Amino acid sequence: MYVAVKGGERAIENAHRLLAHERRGDRSVPELSLSQISEQLGLAVDRVMSEGSLYDRELAALAIKQARGDLIEAIFLVRAFRATLPRFGATEPVDTGAMRVQRRVSSTFKDIPGGQVLGPTFDYTHRLLDPGLAQGGDPEDPALAATSDVPMPRVTDILGQDGLIEPSPAAEADAPVGDLTRDPLSFPAGRDLRLQNLARGDEGFLLALGYSTQRGYGRNHPFAGEIRFGEVEVEFFAEEIGFAVPLGSIELTECQMVNQFKGSATEPPCFTRGYGLAFGQSERKTMSMALVDRALRARELGEDVIAPAQDEEFVMSHSDNVQATGFVEHLKLPHYVDFQSELGLLRKLRQEFADANAAPALKEAAE
Amino acid sequence: MNAPTYNFAYLDEQTKRMIRRAILKAIAIPGYQVPFASREMPMPYGWGTGGVQVTAAILGPQDVLKVIDQGSDDTTNAISIRKFFAKTAGVETTTSTDAATVIQTRHRIPEAPLRAGQVLVYQVPIPEPLRFLEPRETETRRMHALAEYGLMHVKLYEDIARFGHIATSYAYPVKVNARYVMDPSPTPKFDNPKMDNCPALQLFGAGREKRIYAIPPYTSVVSLDFEDHPFTRYKFDAPCALCGAEDSYLDEIVTDDKGSRMFVCSDTDYCEGRQAAGHRGVESAAPHKEAVHG
Amino acid sequence: MAVTTIELQPGFADKVLAAQSTFRTVMEAMARPGQVMAVDDEVGHPPSMMVGVAAVALTLLDQDTPVWLDDAFASASDVGAWLKFHTGAPIVARPDAASFALVAAPAALPDLSVFALGTAEYPDRSTTLIMQVPSLAAGESFRLRGPGIDGTTALTASLAPADLFARLSINQALFPRGIDVILVDDRSLVAIPRTTRLAASGV
Repeated sequence: MYVAVKGGERAIENAHRLLAHERRGDRSVPELSLSQISEQLGLAVDRVMSEGSLYDRELAALAIKQARGDLIEAIFLVRAFRATLPRFGATEPVDTGAMRVQRRVSSTFKDIPGGQVLGPTFDYTHRLLDPGLAQGGDPEDPALAATSDVPMPRVTDILGQDGLIEPSPAAEADAPVGDLTRDPLSFPAGRDLRLQNLARGDEGFLLALGYSTQRGYGRNHPFAGEIRFGEVEVEFFAEEIGFAVPLGSIELTECQMVNQFKGSATEPPCFTRGYGLAFGQSERKTMSMALVDRALRARELGEDVIAPAQDEEFVMSHSDNVQATGFVEHLKLPHYVDFQSELGLLRKLRQEFADANAAPALKEAAE
Repeated sequence: MNAPTYNFAYLDEQTKRMIRRAILKAIAIPGYQVPFASREMPMPYGWGTGGVQVTAAILGPQDVLKVIDQGSDDTTNAISIRKFFAKTAGVETTTSTDAATVIQTRHRIPEAPLRAGQVLVYQVPIPEPLRFLEPRETETRRMHALAEYGLMHVKLYEDIARFGHIATSYAYPVKVNARYVMDPSPTPKFDNPKMDNCPALQLFGAGREKRIYAIPPYTSVVSLDFEDHPFTRYKFDAPCALCGAEDSYLDEIVTDDKGSRMFVCSDTDYCEGRQAAGHRGVESAAPHKEAVHG
Repeated sequence: MAVTTIELQPGFADKVLAAQSTFRTVMEAMARPGQVMAVDDEVGHPPSMMVGVAAVALTLLDQDTPVWLDDAFASASDVGAWLKFHTGAPIVARPDAASFALVAAPAALPDLSVFALGTAEYPDRSTTLIMQVPSLAAGESFRLRGPGIDGTTALTASLAPADLFARLSINQALFPRGIDVILVDDRSLVAIPRTTRLAASGV
């Protein structure tokens, strides 16, 4: 006799237990600590903070540990936690021009005020697997220069002085700060919401879209005006005391692309901008973001919208990896009721097909 | 480290207010999809976050909650959501359709008729019935504004031309209160007639797509069709093998690798209720056959 | 600041659960137009504001919902401060910018077209009217039909303005745009969403 499946609750509990066991792995191997993750897998932590939209290295490290290194799962954990946090308000805009720079490169000028600073980068490492690293051990201390007070103006500001690049639109002081996690999104979306969407967007998705613009799908002639990484101060304007109080500093990567110029009968030609910003050191993300930001400005700049990267609804609706992974993976939930409905329809159609094709044969046989 | 603390029914009060306002507008404009600022829930998008947010916004300590997936209270996702509310809201849960005040569902409408005072909350993956015909939100919103639904009729008619039937067997589009074309969520079209003139309030939540919509009680819900190809609700020839029901939606159970099948009620509460009342099926299924009933 | 808050009436005794149960009352009312529902939560309210209005305001209003007050509410000294303290809702002068409009003296209700009626694409972006009326227990009889009503239903009420249903007939022409109304008499409330039509009326 057939008995319907029961005991799902115990199955779930046991699955969670098994997951915890697998997460721990071989118990003779020392367990990972959160500081090991945040110190030694720092770029993974940076990505989880960026796409998780929450600057907290310790929570991001916990999420990575809990997710067994699955970064999208870790981003999801951070997002779900973030959604429960109270909001006190928005900070003052951070000043990336005053960043304590650890790395800063420009591809548009050979030398720039403050200089090119290579900093910690994979760029010129030869990608040879390092057996020394497999052994472990302490690396050499870094070579340090004396701290310098030479200002490092942003390359776009230098171009801006001569009017060679469009000005960054100044925000209206009283305008509310758009937040797509608090208000339902409608199209067309303003650039503030687009940039928020891209900042939270999946690095791989933005990488592919940015790449597609370089290959001609919405080409916008980019130059990496500047990429800088370092620390900036965060300040919050406290209504009660009437001035901005420092909250601390965070690490950011900023990419300013200098793109194809615009101009008209009434306006002199000038370069246009694409902007990327991320928590921590995330150059691939910010460069991709800047390419896609510029592509999404097509309508504003009077360009034809012909490529996926220029299509605001397409990009914004599919950039979020927490949404995407949820919906793709939901296909593993039971769908047998709908499948049954399809089966029923398909069997009926096949039967009708068979009947229709059998009929002439019978007729012929009778003749 | 910031240790998480949660409000009654998980959502904070501001979020609940925002969802509650959306629900009221949804009821006032039957079948219209109200945008809402869906939150990131501690379960994946596509796994019922919309339904969970709607349920969390309406649920109170006096409620009795039932959660089904595929008609069953015992599927893992139904259990997981039921446990979530038992834990965060401390509400009483049940598997009985009749005892429930709030029923959250994925893919089915219970077989037992719903009554006034009950609320049925649907989990919705893609709320826009026109989405597969026109992917752009700006366009579909305009179509709804103008009640311009020709595209949907063309699609259904193309099915007829190709297959001889409307080839949509679930998420079958309906027109609500003679105005909005609405996606009933991916329920089999077998369930569509239950939505019409239903005494219970029906609420629909789409978390990833950030939409809430509703069918008030006693509201006309008509499945789209054509005069020469009227909507039909198919039904199985064989009764349920366990309870003998002839009026319920059946799951096909593959019993061996030689083509044997049996058919049992998808609504487990309905089936168990009938068995408890003494109804019996044959326990072994007859060869599968289907018939169309008007 | 402290003085003002002490003088203000309190709001809900239990913020979370009272908001939930009031919401269910309002939701049931909106789902069953014409049926009289009762708010049974403990709630403080300014003297000129009925319990039902106060409960609905505490349940639905916050910093995201601009609210418009009619002259009677606007000139009552404590209503604005009470709303601001308990809900944080910004009080706006333009009725078409309001998510909610609170009306203490409905006889002087302005023409409905001054409120937000939504757009064809976003009909939900409309003002919800919350009005104190003379009685939801006695008075004229109104026979209503529409979604939420099994056939027709009778509402016995003394309404102001007297031609309220005639004014609400704009909902028929505008649909899906339109205006949704919650009528309040003390603890009783009745919802008239934009889909409800007057089938007949009499004494």
